[in-house]
Amino acid sequence: MLYIDSITKGIVIDHIKAGYGFSIFKHLGLDTADFTVALIMNVPSKKYGEKDLIKIENVIDVDLTMLGFIDPNITVNIIENEKIVEKINLSLPEKVEGIIECKNPRCVTSVERNIVHKFILIDEEKGTYKCEYCDQIYSWEG
Amino acid sequence: MKHLIDPMDISIDELESLFKLAEEIIKNEDDFNNICSHKILATLFYEPSTRTRFSFEAAMLRLGGQVIGFSEPGSSSVMKGESIPDTIRTVGSYVDIIAMRHPKEGAPRYASYYSQVPIINAGDGGHQHPTQTLTDLLTIKRTKGQISNLTMGLCGDLKFGRTVHSLIKAMSRYENIKFILISPQELQIPEYIKMEILNKKNIPFIEVERLEDVIDKLDILYMTRVQKERFFNEADYIRLKDSYILDKEKLKLARKDLSILHPLPRVNEISYEVDEDPRACYFDQVEYGMFIRMALITKLLGVM
Repeated sequence: MLYIDSITKGIVIDHIKAGYGFSIFKHLGLDTADFTVALIMNVPSKKYGEKDLIKIENVIDVDLTMLGFIDPNITVNIIENEKIVEKINLSLPEKVEGIIECKNPRCVTSVERNIVHKFILIDEEKGTYKCEYCDQIYSWEG
Repeated sequence: MKHLIDPMDISIDELESLFKLAEEIIKNEDDFNNICSHKILATLFYEPSTRTRFSFEAAMLRLGGQVIGFSEPGSSSVMKGESIPDTIRTVGSYVDIIAMRHPKEGAPRYASYYSQVPIINAGDGGHQHPTQTLTDLLTIKRTKGQISNLTMGLCGDLKFGRTVHSLIKAMSRYENIKFILISPQELQIPEYIKMEILNKKNIPFIEVERLEDVIDKLDILYMTRVQKERFFNEADYIRLKDSYILDKEKLKLARKDLSILHPLPRVNEISYEVDEDPRACYFDQVEYGMFIRMALITKLLGVM
């Protein structure tokens, strides 16, 4: 069994669907962090069978919108003095900006420089978004 | 309503108020021929258009206003690579209102985020065409007396037909509307219209391939053009092409009170012999288009 120390003050991102930990790790810029971080993959989980987990020994701003969009089942635990002081359950964000790109070649986002790709949640159950500009449907299959 | 980008930007009350104003303009046009003096409309047409641009320009001139603009991007700084926000901020400081047509979907919405003056979407790619919808709704109201309790057939290219998308959106807010969507499978309406409008609002609709199978059920028939190059294979085109041409023979199957609409330009999807049929409304539709644009410009500029 792999053993990783508990953290004193920082953040634990738990219940990441197995296989998605690395992409979240990179999205959060943790691959270039100068503080202690751990990415643990394929951890046995009662709830999901297997899960990924990220431990961050530092207080950083976590983009909850991005995390919720990638996987709304993720839990973010805030740790102080080795204890969980806050547990944040995520949900699919109403709007996501600059995280995914519209794939419709007829969309204005395909030609304009500096345009921010924006998506609006239209069906929470199915995790369906639409491009704010061209209405192209984007289904999250996380 | 500050801008008109999508048909849903206008509430039903605002629509009614626009129709009322358009009716007043039709009856007493002279009363309105100076209300936009000292106002300037810019028509920014990033792709060619005759009808819509002329309709906007004629509308503004008949209101006593002035018009500037370009009818192809080659004659503007767009060719030098200027972004939409820069063009809009520049033009917006010269004029009072902008009508914009663009080949890319969502371009007018993007423009509206940077504009100090009202932006009207005059057609964006295969996406939306809300002022054509105003035209269509006014035509339906004038010919049918109301925009409810109607079975509407939309025929042709429903995938890339922006007028169809806008019309379905707008009609979905009226009571007891049923849609019969007539198109080849390749050209069925986009998924977002089904998901967000038809399914979400439980609006009855069916999708069929042949006009002659359903024409007898329709109160309104909205024709659009099917282009050969939109088909994936020629065999399907040959099998179906005649099904999307309205002629006297097919009209024999239709109701006596059918109204035939078409956003124009027509190529061959409505035979010329149909023009003489009292059920043909598409040339009235063109005229209403100018009056409803006069009403829209008047409202957006707040001059009445």
